[in-house]
Amino acid sequence: MNSAISFFYFLSFLTVLSAVMVVVSRNPIHSVLYLILTFFTLSGHYILLNAQFLAAVNIIVYAGAIMVLFLFVIMFLNMKQDNEESKTNLTKIAATIVGGTVFVILFGAYRKSIIPAFDPQQFDSQIGMIENLGHLLFRDYLLPFELVSILLLVAMVGAVMLGKREIGERHF
Amino acid sequence: MDLTEFLIKTATIFVVFVLTLVIAMYSTWGERKVAGFIQDRMGPNRAGPGGLLQPLADAGKMFFKEDFIPALANKWLFIAGPSLAMLTALLASAVIPFGSTFRINGHEVALQGVESNIGILYVFGVVALGVYGIMVGGWASNNKFSLLGAIRAASQNISYEVAMGLSLIAILMMSSSLSLGEIVAQQHGGNWNIFYQPLGFIIFITCSFAECNRVPFDLPECETELVGGYHTEYGSMKLGFYLFAEYINMFISSAIISVLYFGGYNYPGMDWVYSQLTQAFGTETGHNAATLIGTAVFFGKALFFIFFYMWVRWTIPRFRYDQLMNLGWKKLIPLAIFNIIITGAAVLFLKPLVTAWLN
Repeated sequence: MNSAISFFYFLSFLTVLSAVMVVVSRNPIHSVLYLILTFFTLSGHYILLNAQFLAAVNIIVYAGAIMVLFLFVIMFLNMKQDNEESKTNLTKIAATIVGGTVFVILFGAYRKSIIPAFDPQQFDSQIGMIENLGHLLFRDYLLPFELVSILLLVAMVGAVMLGKREIGERHF
Repeated sequence: MDLTEFLIKTATIFVVFVLTLVIAMYSTWGERKVAGFIQDRMGPNRAGPGGLLQPLADAGKMFFKEDFIPALANKWLFIAGPSLAMLTALLASAVIPFGSTFRINGHEVALQGVESNIGILYVFGVVALGVYGIMVGGWASNNKFSLLGAIRAASQNISYEVAMGLSLIAILMMSSSLSLGEIVAQQHGGNWNIFYQPLGFIIFITCSFAECNRVPFDLPECETELVGGYHTEYGSMKLGFYLFAEYINMFISSAIISVLYFGGYNYPGMDWVYSQLTQAFGTETGHNAATLIGTAVFFGKALFFIFFYMWVRWTIPRFRYDQLMNLGWKKLIPLAIFNIIITGAAVLFLKPLVTAWLN
């Protein structure tokens, strides 16, 4: 087994383990930290695929920004009073059914889908490099790129409007 | 990658690691000396000549103190906090180009841990992670003041990261490369970015002060309001690690500033020096000597910025928290966006005009 394959198996093991720990751990802070670990191992996968830009952006955006906000919110929650009443048997059964259905759908989709054949001779190993990504994004997919930026701008304005203090509201 | 190359890389990374630690260690000594100079007193002068052994004495003291963990603290996360702070502080030095190349028996050895085509993004990612050490430590202490300090630190870091990233974009637009080695190489011949990006430089250095939690932005450990900030409950070497991580961050950001804006290992007249040295000592030795001079120049620049950090610390009072947030969101971010637009316009319209005029 060559080193890239064994490293891939090691990373995959870590990914699955930390993802399972996100669900299993009882302390929400631990869950968030395991989720961050999952993002790191996913970035490791991106690097194995020679997509360095994607790996760095995954760390910056998810681990560096979004998960910090998650931690922020969870730290402010008072976790001493575990409100167990929300976890009745009914919600547990409903959650199991929903989760099981999603699993069946995903599995069915996986069975039906045709995975494109991989040709090592034709494959360009530099495809994930930032220069190629930039050319692709700004030449072939310029319009979708600009549309996405407008969408993000709208979301940003919306967030600012929601967070804005209204006239007459109490000034803290 | 064959074995020699692997060993050379390992050795380079080890040297970079040790250098970072030593410089951070002696910055603690330098900080006190600078403070003493500014406040017209001696500073440390008992341990060794000029107090040079003071950092060792401090480290020894820190290690031998009782390692105390509060009873209601989350034990593992309490230990993980300072470890994460140290880890993220040390990670960033891997991609910094400390100098040009060494030639040993025909091998070209770059004075850089890893030459990566996403160098600056890597640094930015590591900086973004720096917040975890503080947040995890502050929360795990199970103390209201620690938590408030951690929350403050996190919101400060997130806010200033935005302006920092935006000021970096202007540099990237000019260099059209993310690799730090490439950015330094483009500044060869007095072509430093500071002359093209003075506004970007001011924004960047302000943001790096805030990212390192240094005065005037040391709100996270503002002792008048928060006792000791996020490390209120820490003692012994765990506290030492938090403080040490701050000094490592200072060195890293000084190095990044000199790489991005002050030409890294480039200095005026380096081509002349290079030709003189290669004529005098032959190609290989001359090249190595020129590289050594360049590295010394690089460290001179970085040390100057470390001194600048200390100078500011002992000169300027601390901001109030709302002033800090207003400065970050309402002044620096619009300024950085303005800088991007100006840079874009200059690269598109002014640069062809100037090149046409020069030819």
